[in-house]
Amino acid sequence: MGTPIPMEKIIEKKPYFKYLRLDKMPTIWCPGCGIGQAFRAACMALDELGISNDQVAMVSGIGCSSRTPGYFDGFTLHTTHGRALTFATGLKLSKPELTTLVFTGDGDALAIGGNHFIHAARRNIDLTVVLINNWIYGMTGGQVSPTTPEGAYATTTPYGNYEPQFDIARVAIAAGATYVARGTAYHAMELKKLIMDGIKHKGFALIEVLSPCTIVYGRKNRMSIEEMYFWFKENTIPVKAWEKLPEEKRAGKIPRGVLYHDDSRPEYCEVYWNKVKQLSGGE
Amino acid sequence: MAKLELKYGNHACAEAAILAGCRFYAGYPITPSSEIAEKMAELLPKKRGVFIQMEDEIAAMGAVVGASFAGLKSMTATSGPGFSLKQENLGYAFMVEAPCVVVNVQRGGPSTGLPTQPGQQEIMQSLWGTHGDKLIPVFYPGNVQEIMEETIRAFNWAERLRTPVVLLLDEVLGHMRETVDVEQFEEGKFEVWNRKMPDVPPEEYLPYRPGEDDVPAIAPYGTPGYRGHATGLHHDYTGFPTTNPEMCQELIERLIRKVQRKQPEMEKNEFYKMDDAEIAIITFGTTARAAKTAVDLAREKGIKAGLMRVVTVWPSPEKTIEDVAKGVEAILVPELNMGQYVLEVERCSRGACPVYRLNRANGKIIYPNEILEKVEEIARGGK
Repeated sequence: MGTPIPMEKIIEKKPYFKYLRLDKMPTIWCPGCGIGQAFRAACMALDELGISNDQVAMVSGIGCSSRTPGYFDGFTLHTTHGRALTFATGLKLSKPELTTLVFTGDGDALAIGGNHFIHAARRNIDLTVVLINNWIYGMTGGQVSPTTPEGAYATTTPYGNYEPQFDIARVAIAAGATYVARGTAYHAMELKKLIMDGIKHKGFALIEVLSPCTIVYGRKNRMSIEEMYFWFKENTIPVKAWEKLPEEKRAGKIPRGVLYHDDSRPEYCEVYWNKVKQLSGGE
Repeated sequence: MAKLELKYGNHACAEAAILAGCRFYAGYPITPSSEIAEKMAELLPKKRGVFIQMEDEIAAMGAVVGASFAGLKSMTATSGPGFSLKQENLGYAFMVEAPCVVVNVQRGGPSTGLPTQPGQQEIMQSLWGTHGDKLIPVFYPGNVQEIMEETIRAFNWAERLRTPVVLLLDEVLGHMRETVDVEQFEEGKFEVWNRKMPDVPPEEYLPYRPGEDDVPAIAPYGTPGYRGHATGLHHDYTGFPTTNPEMCQELIERLIRKVQRKQPEMEKNEFYKMDDAEIAIITFGTTARAAKTAVDLAREKGIKAGLMRVVTVWPSPEKTIEDVAKGVEAILVPELNMGQYVLEVERCSRGACPVYRLNRANGKIIYPNEILEKVEEIARGGK
């Protein structure tokens, strides 16, 4: 399927289109899904930073969000469930010059891949992780995930979820990530900025993207596409404003923006290759 | 003049990997393979290579595949329980055709089993451990000299066929010190093969379009213009997922075929006193060492025994085993498991002669006199 408008014309108006594998579209994502927003934000961020297709690797695991690399015209790896960060670690350490993005989800990164997540953060390896948090296992049909809100319905919590939620950002900060941000699929331009800063940051960067699973989570919890996007608008506030709120007013509100940023810690690849330089005698 | 050096099995494996061009090692501590990781940690940074100890076995296998995509010759080593954990990403490596070498220094299993004692219980797992149909080359040396040869051979075939290769050792071999003639490992004295690169311009490049040898020429990630996609899903020549039944069938057939068609070239056995043998012992690794002595002991007693030591375990030397079976009166397969390779020997011998077993899974090696007793029993017409 070709596009009726010549590609050059599109790229003129939307330069980030150069990162898309248009011949692989349409995507597998459902109507209203927020993954496309995060993907677009990442492409726009790369474009603004002037990073060419040949300079980017994108790695993912399994799940809806992990299908992103297939649509990205770079060096892309769609790997095994939960393990994206391990493949990305091997790739980045071998080719540090490649800007390496990891697309993952709440189930992929925090349940089956939880161990890899904390250790990649601990190493402070220069990966930019875009973690789509949609509170559910979408691809497998709507099972409960480590970030499903308490009380929410999933196919495996027919009586409501009774497990507490993971706070992804706090896990990442505690584990040693040096750039931690949270955006939403509703705040599209802000998300682009957060991803851009994450790519620029030399070290492990996590960008959590609150994103609506409209078809599966929405249906199970009786929320429409619009209601879900508005939920992000109503219930998230910029972190600066959130910090000023008294404790009792913070309840139920989610801070977004850059939650943690530390440039003082050395980056893993740099440390390793400096060590190699020492040991192998120069260059 | 031979140049002799005393070498430790696991260290020999690490040194040979470097000689073969290995520049990436990711591992996780596990007995009895840890010395391979320790040696690599020492050697690789000095060779401008990468060593990383990962958070678990799964991660180590993932990192190895990631580095392989970056174009580096990559390796990991483990043992039983770790080998089980590696299966997931070993299957991925097979599916996406990422060259790499996975060493399994076998100990006693199942489960945690006997960490410090030898076993040969992963003969079948090496081939069938990860889900789905596949054919992975599996090599099993029998002494420290051969550990070096087979490590280099494992890298060579991995690169040439773009496939993971499993190198089996066992606790005895890994922890054995033996004299090695290092002359053959001097630069230029042994063959090193590298993976092929695309020979088409970027605009014609399809990462998963196979060549005449059924092997695709996938460019290392980062090669300008040669961008591509890889997935563990069934995929087409672009590397993108497909459910087209013809394409899916052809993919799996090709992945198996590319290894199987090289079987004659890959086959490696040692024959010891087989010319006039009436009873053939077929085995590998540490057990073959005892079997060799047993052959001599049997011959002292007037029994014409011989040994076929299999080095390329998979793909199996089907035709050779059949020919052996046709030329002898009986075959004995001693192995440190409850009967694994014997199933393959039975299959390949096609009923040409009876096939007997000698099995053990208690962490102790099989001694020559035990094999001798069995051979005598067979010679007497018993079993």
